[in-house]
Amino acid sequence: MSEKLKKTMKINIGPQHPSTHGVLRLVLELDGEVIKSTEPIVGYLHRGMEKMAENMTYFQYLPTVDRIDYLSSFFCAEAFVSSVEKALKIEVPQKAQYMRVMLMELNRIASHLLWLGTFMLDLGASSPFFYCFREREVILNLFEDLTGARMMYNFHTFGGVKKDFQAHFFEKLDKFMLDFPKKVDEYEAIITKNPVFLKRAYGIGVLNKKTALAYAITGPNLRASGVTLDFRKQSPYLIYDKVEFDVPNRKFGDSWSRYFVRVQEMKESLKIVKQCADWLQQNKNEDYNLGIRPVALKVPVGMYVSNVESPRGLLSCVLVADGSEKPVRVKWRTGSFYAVQVLPNLIQNHKMSDLMTIFGSLDVILPEVDR
Amino acid sequence: MDVLYSYYLEYFQSFGINEAWAILLWYAMTFAIVAVLLIGVVLVLVLVERKLLALFTVRKGPNRVGFWGCLQTVADAIKLLFKEDIIPDKADKFLFWIAPILVFAPVMAVWGLIPWDSRFCIFNSIVGVLLFMAILTFPTFGILLAGYSSNNKYSLIGAFRACVQTISYEIPLVMSVLSIVVLAQTLNINNIILAQSSNGIFGWNFIPAFVGMVVFFVCAIAQMNRTPFDLPEAESELVCGYNVEYSGMKFAMFFLAEYAETFIISLFMAILFFGGYLSPFGGYIVEQLDINFVTTQFLIYIEQFSWLIIKTAIILFVIIWIRATLPRLRADQLTAFAWKVLLPLSIINFFVVSVIKYMTMGASYV
Repeated sequence: MSEKLKKTMKINIGPQHPSTHGVLRLVLELDGEVIKSTEPIVGYLHRGMEKMAENMTYFQYLPTVDRIDYLSSFFCAEAFVSSVEKALKIEVPQKAQYMRVMLMELNRIASHLLWLGTFMLDLGASSPFFYCFREREVILNLFEDLTGARMMYNFHTFGGVKKDFQAHFFEKLDKFMLDFPKKVDEYEAIITKNPVFLKRAYGIGVLNKKTALAYAITGPNLRASGVTLDFRKQSPYLIYDKVEFDVPNRKFGDSWSRYFVRVQEMKESLKIVKQCADWLQQNKNEDYNLGIRPVALKVPVGMYVSNVESPRGLLSCVLVADGSEKPVRVKWRTGSFYAVQVLPNLIQNHKMSDLMTIFGSLDVILPEVDR
Repeated sequence: MDVLYSYYLEYFQSFGINEAWAILLWYAMTFAIVAVLLIGVVLVLVLVERKLLALFTVRKGPNRVGFWGCLQTVADAIKLLFKEDIIPDKADKFLFWIAPILVFAPVMAVWGLIPWDSRFCIFNSIVGVLLFMAILTFPTFGILLAGYSSNNKYSLIGAFRACVQTISYEIPLVMSVLSIVVLAQTLNINNIILAQSSNGIFGWNFIPAFVGMVVFFVCAIAQMNRTPFDLPEAESELVCGYNVEYSGMKFAMFFLAEYAETFIISLFMAILFFGGYLSPFGGYIVEQLDINFVTTQFLIYIEQFSWLIIKTAIILFVIIWIRATLPRLRADQLTAFAWKVLLPLSIINFFVVSVIKYMTMGASYV
C-alpha cells in the first residue's frame, strides 16, 4: 500500500484544545474514530521551577512554590517547607500543624471540585461545572479571608504559618461544613447513577493494578485501581495520625472508579476538616509560629526528602543543601507527570471521545507536569 | 387563506397590472414574513435558552442590555453582522460559501408548511408530512459540505458524525411519524390536527402512540444536534465540529438554522402528538364568553395560535432542561441506541397503532 492510501489519520489535540486542561499536545493516530497511538508532548508551560531554586534563597523561593500546582498551592508549600524543617530539625507548633492540615484538606476539596466540574464539562454536561464552582467559591472566600489571596496563598512559613485566624473565620467555616455534605449528595444524585454518564465512564480506560504500580501512579488514580496506598496513612506527617478518616478505594480502575474515589475523598476530607476545626476552636491561644526570620536562613549540608499526599498523588520535594543560604538542587516529584505517562497506554484502541473521559478522569494539571 | 389570496388577486388586478407580477409579489411577501418571523423567533429562543440555562445552573444570565437582558441577543446578532468573514486559504471556496445556505434554506422552507391556526397556513399541501420530512433531511447535506470544504480535520470528523447521526435517527423518526399517518389516515398536516379534535385532550395522538411520541422526541433532539446528541459540534472533543472555520454571518446562518430547526421540530411535535392548535378542553375558551359572532371568530384564531405556542414552549422547555442535565453520548453508543432501541420501539409502536386503528374502525379500515 502506498503512503497516500494509508488508513490512519494524524490529528493534533492541543496545545490550545479546550479539553487539554492547559497546554498539553497530544498527537493522535486515528483509524476512523479509533485511536491507534498517542504521543503526549509536554513542555509548553515550562517555567524552570527547579532551576530557579538554585539562584534564590529559601525565603525567596517559598512564594514561587505555590505556582507548581496552582490548584493545590498549600500542598506544594507544605512539601517544600517540611523538607527545610526536616533539615533544620525543628518541630512545628501543634496549632500550626492543625492549621496546615485543615487548610490542606479544604484545598483538596476545592481541587477535587474543580476537577469534577471540568471532567463533567469534558463529557458535555455543563450544569455540574457551575455547581462545583459555586462551592469552590465558598472555600476560596475562606482562604481569601485568611491569607489575602485566592490561589497563591503564600501562607506556610518555615516553622509554622504566617497568621492566626480572624474573628469570623470559624463562623463561615461551620456554615460551609454544614452545607457541603448536602451539596455532595446533590452531585451524586445528578452524576453517579446518570445512565449517560455510566455509559461514558463505566469500564472506560481501565488502569489495572499492575500497570498502575509499574508506572508509579499515586493518589486517587492508584486507589481506584485497587491499591490502598495513602501517604497520610502510610507515613503520617503533621497530625494525620491524630485524626480519623477512611481511605476510599475501588478495585476496577476505570474512569467511573476514579470519579467515585474522588467524590468519596471529598467527604473524608470534610471529616478531617471538622476534627481540626474542633481542636483549633478549643486551643485558640496557642503559638502558631516559631518565628524564624528571613535573614540568613542557612540549611545544614545533606539531602532531605518530604512526601505529601496531594490531590493528584504523591508530591515530594527533594532538597539538596550545602550549608549556604541557597539550595544546591531542588527536585519535585508530582503525580500528574506519571498520569500523563500512562495516558497512551490507557487510550489505545479506545474511541476519540473516550480520550476526553480518560484524560479528564486522570485529573492532570499541566503546570504540575511541566513545572 | 384561499379567500384572502383571491381577494388579493382581485385587488391587484384592479390596478391593471399583469397577474404574474401579483403572484411574484405574493411570494415575496410570504418570504419576507417567514424570514422576519424566523429571525424573531430565533432571537427570542436564544435569549430564553440562555435565561433558562442560567436558572438551571444557578446563575443570572444576560441582564444588562435592555430590560431583563431582552436586547442581548439583538446585540449579539449585530456583533455577528460586523464580524470579519474569514475563508481559510486552502478551503474549497465555492462549497465553503454555499454550505451555510444549504443548511439555512430548507429550514426556512418548512415554515410554510406549519398551520398556525385553522386558517393560516402558507402552503397547505396534501402531502405535508412527507414534504416536511423530506425537506428537513437537507441540512445534513449542507453540514457535510461545510465540514468537507473547511479543510480541517475537526470539521471533517464533525461532519461525518452529523451524517451518521442524522441518517440513523431519520429512520425511527419517520417510523413514528408513520404511525400518526395511520391514525389520521392522511398526509395533510391540517387534517392530522382535525383528526385529533374528537374529545379534547383524550383525542390527541400521544395517547395511542405514546411510545411513538417518546421515540419522536428523542430522534428530534438528535436531529437538531442538541445535548445529549450534540456530537457533530462536541466542543470538548472537536472544538466546534463542522463550523470551526466559519465566522461572522456564515456562522450565524448555521446558528440560526439550528435554533429555527429546534423550534420547528417542537412545533411539528406539538402538531403531530398534542393536537396542534386544538384546545385541551374540547371547546375554545372564547366560545364561552358571550361576545358577538365576528369577534368570537377572530378571537378563536388567536386562541388557537396561543395553544400551539404554549404546547411548543413546553416541549422547548423540556429540551433545554435535558440539555442542562445530561452529558454527551459517544458516537458509536449513539448509533447503537438508534438502531437497537429506538428502531424496534418505533416498529412495535407502529404495529400497536395499526391494531388499535383496526379495532376502532373495523373492516372498513382494510
